[in-house]
Amino acid sequence: MSAPDRRRWLAGAGASLAGLALTACDRLNAHPGFTRVLASAEGLTRRAQRLVVDRKALAQEFTPEDLSPDFKANGTIRPSSPAYAAHAAAAFADWRILVDGLVERPQSLSLDELRALPARTQITRHDCVEGWSAIGKWTGARLGPLLDRAGLKPEARYLVFHCADHLGPNQDESDRYYESIDLIDAYHPQTLLAYAMNDQPLPVAHGAPVRLRVERQLGYKHAKYVQRIEAVADFAHIRGGKGGFWEDRGYEWYAGI
Amino acid sequence: MADGRAGKVLYKRHSGLVRLTHWLNVLAISLLLMSGLQIFNAHPALYWGQKSTFAEPWLYMGMAEVRGEPVGVTLLGDRAYRTTGVLGYSGAEGRREPRGFPAWATIPSYRDLASGRRWHFFFAWLFVINGLVYLSAALISGHLRRDLLPTREQWRLRHVWRDVLDHARLRFPRGEAARTYNVLQKLTYLAMIGVVLPLILLTGLCMSPGFNAGAPWLVDLFGGRQSARSIHFICAALTVLFVLVHVALVALSGFWNNMRGMITGRYAIETEGVRP
Repeated sequence: MSAPDRRRWLAGAGASLAGLALTACDRLNAHPGFTRVLASAEGLTRRAQRLVVDRKALAQEFTPEDLSPDFKANGTIRPSSPAYAAHAAAAFADWRILVDGLVERPQSLSLDELRALPARTQITRHDCVEGWSAIGKWTGARLGPLLDRAGLKPEARYLVFHCADHLGPNQDESDRYYESIDLIDAYHPQTLLAYAMNDQPLPVAHGAPVRLRVERQLGYKHAKYVQRIEAVADFAHIRGGKGGFWEDRGYEWYAGI
Repeated sequence: MADGRAGKVLYKRHSGLVRLTHWLNVLAISLLLMSGLQIFNAHPALYWGQKSTFAEPWLYMGMAEVRGEPVGVTLLGDRAYRTTGVLGYSGAEGRREPRGFPAWATIPSYRDLASGRRWHFFFAWLFVINGLVYLSAALISGHLRRDLLPTREQWRLRHVWRDVLDHARLRFPRGEAARTYNVLQKLTYLAMIGVVLPLILLTGLCMSPGFNAGAPWLVDLFGGRQSARSIHFICAALTVLFVLVHVALVALSGFWNNMRGMITGRYAIETEGVRP
């Protein structure tokens, strides 16, 4: 081969190899065994982060000057069910938050009762899994004291948040949003059932009347439109078994990164 | 150790550990880059500061309509570029879609953020562990000091300038001079090992809200989480630039000899008539 021929041959071979490699990556990505191997890094990341970051370490807090004027609303922006529409029309006067599952004293709280619980206000940065960030001011009931009031049974290890919105295309039970956190995050001082954003009642687009704030994790963990908090020993029997709407669709349960 | 042919000797250029960590790094960085572009595509815009100023990204890729025709647009600072087919709007003719980077540059090729993240975080661990093994071995064995730190002679301005001219003329060291790295090569490798790649790791960690709670000073040092994301992207772009130049120089300065060097460890140099 002459030099230009050889160069052309090398370029062609290089392009074919790159194409093959890309096809191989797509095929590997569809392979459940390979996906499990990749997903094993999640446990390593969670343990490494919990090793180097104090369990009670606070997420950064900001000043009112830092607030985002354009806080993006993502996921469900307006729940589609008639029941939710009726609640919204009544300014959520009859909205209840249930706390049940593995608890000694199941609770059913009105919003007024929720507002009477020990509260906290914090200005924090919300980091979406997509990559963007927005800073907002959140006021809400601290989850820890509420759990103490309900009395967690010793076998309770996770809290599952059941929401009023359906995010998927089917808009049925299989598409209902839910999330779960462990007790480390549940008792973290910045973990709130937030009912106010930027000193106003929580807007519908951001989860009215109540959303979870679980700072130190990505946006999809911050369940909106919360109706029920269920204490469980394990979430394998719930829905897709991965502990959340997005988790069932391939995202990490530990959303600290 | 002469290899039989007159005027050429093979000598041991790269240790086994350097070769192994080099190729693992090639694998990890390639997959990190492509899965990273998949993640970027989930929100193909970059900002400075803690938060996203959605109306004012410094870099944005997307689709726009010009006279009813969809086109790919890339905004960089105050400038807009038409990048149809590559950035912002790409895909086979008739099946084009709005996306930041094109399918051939991302893992997986189709849009799938969850998978992109899985690949990214798995190979990030490989990159970090491999990098730590390389760095500690390089420090302990003296590889860093012996092979990568410029000598006193190489630090002299005249020497550096001559090396720049030699590179510009694509004139590569021969004979004994080819036994060691030249000064531009050393400085480039050191900049990658000591600055760009560590910055990629640190800015990557600064995008983690969990890690932020433990080290808020670090994210502040980079100017905020969105700045960290921008620096992460810029360092990845610098790494691509490095790889392009590196591979081009590998090809121009004796492709097979260089490849043999990094695969078997043995590299041939011309003896200029003087046999060692």
